[in-house]
Amino acid sequence: MPPLLFYFFALITLGFGFMVVTGRNPVTCALSLAASFVGLAALFLSLDAYFIGVIQILVYAGAVMVLFLFIIMLLDIKTEEGKKLNLPAIVSGVLLAVFLTLQIFMVAGSTDLAGKTAATAPLALAEASAKIGKAALPTITKDLKAGELPDAKLIGFTLFDQYGFHLQVIGLLLLVGTIGVVVLSKRERSPAP
Amino acid sequence: MITLGHYLVVSGMLFALGLAGVIARRNIIIVYMCLEMMLSAANLALVGFSRFHVVNGLPDYTAQSLVFFTITVAAAEVAVGLAIIVALFRSKQSVDVESVTKLQG
Repeated sequence: MPPLLFYFFALITLGFGFMVVTGRNPVTCALSLAASFVGLAALFLSLDAYFIGVIQILVYAGAVMVLFLFIIMLLDIKTEEGKKLNLPAIVSGVLLAVFLTLQIFMVAGSTDLAGKTAATAPLALAEASAKIGKAALPTITKDLKAGELPDAKLIGFTLFDQYGFHLQVIGLLLLVGTIGVVVLSKRERSPAP
Repeated sequence: MITLGHYLVVSGMLFALGLAGVIARRNIIIVYMCLEMMLSAANLALVGFSRFHVVNGLPDYTAQSLVFFTITVAAAEVAVGLAIIVALFRSKQSVDVESVTKLQG
């Protein structure tokens, strides 16, 4: 990815993220968050993580943001105008964020992995197909030999090959979450006589 | 040239923005949005490490599996959290975090 595009999408991600934090109207905040997630998805694509990028748009910018907007409009939340700002919280929040950012700037450059670029850590697809060999499915090796990165296939292979149990636990978690939401949103009846 | 450090810095700044929002904002829905931002920032760092830690000529797909799990958990968390917010709004008629101080003692 050209450096210019990286800076452009990083600016979109951080700029709209800043609008989420500072916006007064919840609807503006929710739409800014969706835009920020789209920028983040572009950064994922630039890291050759196509599947994760698409999932980011489908799940976050799609499902989660619709849920947020739905709740905001259902509850009919007014803007916070007229309320006085919580000054100590704002000052401490900004100070903590600045401190954390400075710390990350110092740490990010100090690991030996941090200097790696796409040129110094290249993907070797043809070589990978030989190395993976019989362990992978034929469709994966075929794609690798053709010089394409079968991103979704490799993630699916990793998930079902190594993390099958964890995948089922996650499925159970979603089931528990669904039941919890139904229980939480059921209106309490008056106690039985 | 864009290095892993660039991605880590963007991820860290996004996380710091989310943290500032969680501390400074009083609208509980916006606090939730900032929490989502912090989770995504962690995802960006994970995907960055995955891409630049090349195993057998391929990105490290263990990290991307973890991102997949994180996104799933985040979706479940949003659903339950918003249900709690709706229940809260029903009893308090407000989404201000300072309207909920019952556990403060």
